Amino acid sequence: METDKLMSSIDRRLFVGVFILGALGCSRPDATGAAPAGSTSTGTTSALAPSAGSTSVTLKGSDTMVILGQRWAEDFMKEHAGTTIQVTGGGSGTGIAALINGATDICESSRSMKDAEKADVQSKRGAPAVETRVALDALAIYVNEKSPLKEISIPAVQKIYLGETKNWKELGGPDHAIILYGRENNSGTYGYFKEHVLQNKDFAASVQTLAGTSAVVNAVKGDPYGIGYGGIAYLEGIRALSVKKDDSSPAVKASIDTAQDGSYPISRFLYFYTAGPAAGTAKDFISWVLTPTGQKVISDVGYYPLPKH
Amino acid sequence: MAVSISTAPRTVKKAATLTLKRRARWGEAIGEAAVKIVALTSIASVVLILIFVGKEALPVLTSSELHKELTFGGMFRPSAAGYVWQPVSEVPKYNIVPLFVGTLKVTLVSLFVAVPLSVAAAVFVAEFAGRTAREIVKPAIELLAGIPSVVVGFFALVVLATWVQSIFGTEHRLNTLVAGIALSFAIMPVVFSVSEDALRAVPDSYRQAAIALGSTKSQVVLRVVLPAAAPGIAAAVVLGFGRAIGETMIVILATGNAALLDFDLGHSVRTVTATIAQELGEVVVGSAHYHLLFFLGALLFLSTLVVNAGGERIVSGMRRKLGGGS
Repeated sequence: METDKLMSSIDRRLFVGVFILGALGCSRPDATGAAPAGSTSTGTTSALAPSAGSTSVTLKGSDTMVILGQRWAEDFMKEHAGTTIQVTGGGSGTGIAALINGATDICESSRSMKDAEKADVQSKRGAPAVETRVALDALAIYVNEKSPLKEISIPAVQKIYLGETKNWKELGGPDHAIILYGRENNSGTYGYFKEHVLQNKDFAASVQTLAGTSAVVNAVKGDPYGIGYGGIAYLEGIRALSVKKDDSSPAVKASIDTAQDGSYPISRFLYFYTAGPAAGTAKDFISWVLTPTGQKVISDVGYYPLPKH
Repeated sequence: MAVSISTAPRTVKKAATLTLKRRARWGEAIGEAAVKIVALTSIASVVLILIFVGKEALPVLTSSELHKELTFGGMFRPSAAGYVWQPVSEVPKYNIVPLFVGTLKVTLVSLFVAVPLSVAAAVFVAEFAGRTAREIVKPAIELLAGIPSVVVGFFALVVLATWVQSIFGTEHRLNTLVAGIALSFAIMPVVFSVSEDALRAVPDSYRQAAIALGSTKSQVVLRVVLPAAAPGIAAAVVLGFGRAIGETMIVILATGNAALLDFDLGHSVRTVTATIAQELGEVVVGSAHYHLLFFLGALLFLSTLVVNAGGERIVSGMRRKLGGGS
C-alpha cells in the first residue's frame, strides 16, 4: 500500500517535472543572453525612445564589441559624472533587432546593416538608421600554436570552410583532419565571414558553432588541428595566420597599418547605429568615442582605431 | 515541489473536518483556496506556454506562404546536399533529422553513463550504507543538481573535453561523448533521488521474508528489493530522459553544435535545444525559420510527452505484474 502511494507520487512528480522541463526547453533562449523573440513584437518603445536629455544610455549588440563598448563606457562615465552607460552583447543581429523594436539606444554591430533592417528601423521607429563607424577590426584566422602553418590564402580558407579541403596535409601540415570552428548564425562575424570569405556559399556541416569569439579561441587553443576565425583582439594562446588575398599575392600580417590601408584582405569596420541622429548623452558618447581619447581605448583593447583622413 | 502542492490540501481538509471548530474552518477554507490558486497558476502558465508555442509552430503545417520556402518533405527527406540544416543561406535548408538524431545521441550517452552509476549509488545508500555514509553520500549527489548547468557546461568545454580526447582519441575535441558525460552530471541527481525513494519504499516485510528464507544480503537486494522497486527505477530513468532531452546550456557549450548526421560518438553534434537557443535571438519574426524553431520546440515537447506516457504504461504494467494490490 505504502509503495503504491509513493509510486503514484513519483509518477505525478515525473509528469509535472517533464512538463516543466519540456516547456523550459522551448523557452530557454533568453538564458543565453539573446533577446527572447517575443520582445521583438511587444517592444518597450516608450521608456527607451532616443534619449533626449537622458543621462542613461544603453548599448546592445555585437559580441565582438562588448569588451570595447564596456571600456568606452567606463572611461566615459569617469569623465562625465552622473551618466550611466549599459553595455550588453548578444550578437550584432540581436542588437539590430533591439534597435528596431526600441529596446536599445545605440546598437553595436560588427557588420553594416542590411537594407531590409534599415527599412524596419524607419518603419518601426519613424526615423532612419544612422550609421557611425567607430573602429576597425581585422578578422583573424586562428590556428593552434603547434600548427606549422604560417600563412594561408583566402581561397584556401574558403575551401576549408566549405568542406572541400579536409586534411591539413593538403596545406603542407600534418596528416590529420582539419577541425573547423566558427560562430553561430546570429553573429556579425559569421555574417561577415560568410559574405567575404565564403562568397555567400554555405558553411560545411562539420563547422562547430560556438557562442562567442572567446569560445572559438578557447577551442582552438585546446585543439592542435583546429582552425577558427574571429576578431584580432582575442589572440591569447593561439596564433593568427598571415593572409594572402589570393594564391599569388603576398602574405599580409594583420596590423594597424595593414588594416588601415586596406592591404590586409579581411578587415572590417565596427559600427554604432542609432534610430535617427543621436541626442543628449548618446550623442555626447558617440562624439567622445571618435575623439583621440576614445580612439585610444580601441588600441588598448586590441582593435584598430579609424584611419585618420 | 508539485507533489506537496497537489496532495497537501486533501490531507489538510480531512484533518480540518475532523478536529477544528467552525470558526477555524474559515481560515482553513481561505488557506485551501490560496493553495489551489497557486496550483492553478502553475498549470495555467504551462497551458499558456503550450498555446503560445503551438500557435507559433502551426504555420509550419498550415501556411502556404511558408511552404514556398519550407516543405514538409524537405524537413525529413534528404535534399541533393543530403541531410542539411543550414537556415541562414541563399537557399535555406531546413532538414531537422540531424538535429533530432543529435539530441537522441547525446541523451542516450548521458543515460548510459548516469543510470548505472545513480542506480548503484541509490542501492548503496538505501540498502548497504550505514547512517554516516548515507548522510554524506546522499546530499553530495543531490548537491550536483544545484550546480548551474552553465558551470557544468564550461567545465566540460575546458577540462572534460581535453580528458576525453586524450583518453579516447576522438576526432573532434567537443563531441557527443563529452556532452553526454557532462549531461549525465545533470541527470544523476534526478535518477538517484527517485530510485532511492523507490528502493526505500519497498516494505521491510519483503526483506525480512527473504532473510527468513535464508537469503544473503546481496540476494535480498538483487532478487527481491530491486525487482520490487523496478517500476520506480523505470520512472527514474524516464524522468532522467526528460531532463536530458530538454537541457540546453550544457549541450550548447560541450557538443560543438555541428549539425552532422552520423553515429560516431567522437563527432560533434547539434541538438534541438541548442539550435533553438542559438538561433531564436537573431531570427526574423514571422519568417519560415522563426516558425520552424517553434515547431522544433513543439516536437521536442511532444516527444517528451510520448516517452512519458510510454514510461507510465511500463510502470503501471510492472506494478500490476508485481501484484502490489490496489
